Amino acid sequence: MSGTMNITLKVWRQSGPSAPGAFETYKAPGISPDMSFLEMLDIVNERLIEGGKDPIAFDHDCREGICGMCGLVINGAAHGPSKLTTTCQLHMRSFKDGDSITIEPWRAKAFPVIKDLVVDRAPLDRIIQAGGFISVATGGPQDANALPVGKPEAEQSMDAAACIGCGACVAACPNASVSLFTAAKISHLGLLPQGQPERYRRALKMVAQMDLEGFGGCTLFGECMAACPKGISIDFIKRMNGDYIWGSVTEAPVKVTLGGG
Amino acid sequence: MLKFWNSSVGKKVVMALTGLVLVGFVIGHMAGNLQIFAGPERYNAYARLLQHDIIELTWAVRVALFVSVVLHALSAWQLTRRSWAARPVEYAMQEAQVSTYASRTMRWGGVFLFVFLILHIGQFTLGWKWLLPEYVPDGAYGNVVLAFGRPLWVVVYLVAMFFLMLHLLHGTWAVLRTLGVAKNAAEPLQRQLPLIIAVVVTVGFSLVPLGVALGVVR
Ligand code: HEM
Ligand code: SF4
Ligand code: FES
Repeated sequence: MSGTMNITLKVWRQSGPSAPGAFETYKAPGISPDMSFLEMLDIVNERLIEGGKDPIAFDHDCREGICGMCGLVINGAAHGPSKLTTTCQLHMRSFKDGDSITIEPWRAKAFPVIKDLVVDRAPLDRIIQAGGFISVATGGPQDANALPVGKPEAEQSMDAAACIGCGACVAACPNASVSLFTAAKISHLGLLPQGQPERYRRALKMVAQMDLEGFGGCTLFGECMAACPKGISIDFIKRMNGDYIWGSVTEAPVKVTLGGG
Repeated sequence: MLKFWNSSVGKKVVMALTGLVLVGFVIGHMAGNLQIFAGPERYNAYARLLQHDIIELTWAVRVALFVSVVLHALSAWQLTRRSWAARPVEYAMQEAQVSTYASRTMRWGGVFLFVFLILHIGQFTLGWKWLLPEYVPDGAYGNVVLAFGRPLWVVVYLVAMFFLMLHLLHGTWAVLRTLGVAKNAAEPLQRQLPLIIAVVVTVGFSLVPLGVALGVVR
């Protein structure tokens, strides 16, 4: 058949959290270049199921780059070779006929493998729970224009708010640091008036939580920014550091825990 | 205080502040060294100034530098351990996308600089005989000429300065971000001033061993 590709996949297979994993090689002939990467995996899985084998487990949901569920390290790059895209937005035309593609899960102590390519990203939720919110007193809503927000602040806040929580920054970071995610979540609130009252406590708490979860420290490699499907800038990490330093001077110490939540 | 030191951001801030102290020192040290091109009288007078006339100040600076190096290396070591522990299973394939060579050599380059620092102080300040058998106290100029009369030492110093350049190239760029004071940038990884600082310091330092090796200083 003309116009299709033959691909060889090297995929990480691991039957459970404590099972030892290993790479398996699969031939994937007859792949259309117009397929998305996940559609290609769907085809491979259908063939596996037809052959009575266990399909490859991978996370996905929206398949349009907004939910943050998908995430694979493809040939050594988180979310694959295309810039500013999630794994679900990656297309097979980014590869060549005959290519061999290595697929691995996000690798971090804080992201244990659940099965095959699926990892547990609950630490990201706990970082949000530690301080990624604003507290509002109940009552009638304010007029929308009662709180003026400057255009540059609004823009920057929206840039930070584009983070979909996929965890690619952790996966791509040689230190397995979650600083880009945490910084984005601290900044999109801290840049707006509504986020001011808790701004420095938020930074203290979310940084304390990310440390507690066992992520590495940031050394400003910049790999997170290159992998991020939403192009979140490492400038937000600088902002987080500034908020953290000021919070350490002005705020009482904070306490965070791993459990419950 | 303890909470700050125990956090990954706090430790990095300690590394940044002590790094700044060291950057200030290397710039001053480099400038001072260049006086070797003004001849033995001038250079030995400079050494005498530091070692005798303002020895109290010299000691204050020494203590500050010693504390800085210890804190810098200690936080570097602890953060490195933390990062290694954060990824127990390595990737089979990981491609660096944008990180600089300088950023990826901070740790091992730093270890090399640490070893170099001990050799360097032993050689010119403490006068360890196995490093420089002909060492003469208060004879700074002659000691430098003797040491760099040996190609081995010229090479060791030039390699060390290469690592210093890489360290400064990343360090002086990163430090403003660690401290949260850099300006937002469209291309945050790009840097100009750090490149200038790194090259000037490295070339300035390297002129001394090169000057001796080429016979300009004798
Ligand atoms: C004693 C041996 C040394 C060791 C083990 C060492 C190690 C390190 C490490 C691991 C980092 C962090 C790298 C990163 O964030 O990517 C760092 C940063 C830095 N180092 Fe050193 N280093 C040493 C000596 C020096 C010297 C002599 C200077 C000054 C010329 C210096 C200046 C800096 C600066 C300015 C930073 C940036 C801090 C930041 O990232 O915010 N270091 N060092
Ligand atoms: S910062 Fe980017 S890479 Fe990290 S979780 Fe958010 S969207 Fe994903
Ligand atoms: S599946 Fe939702 S972002 Fe990829």
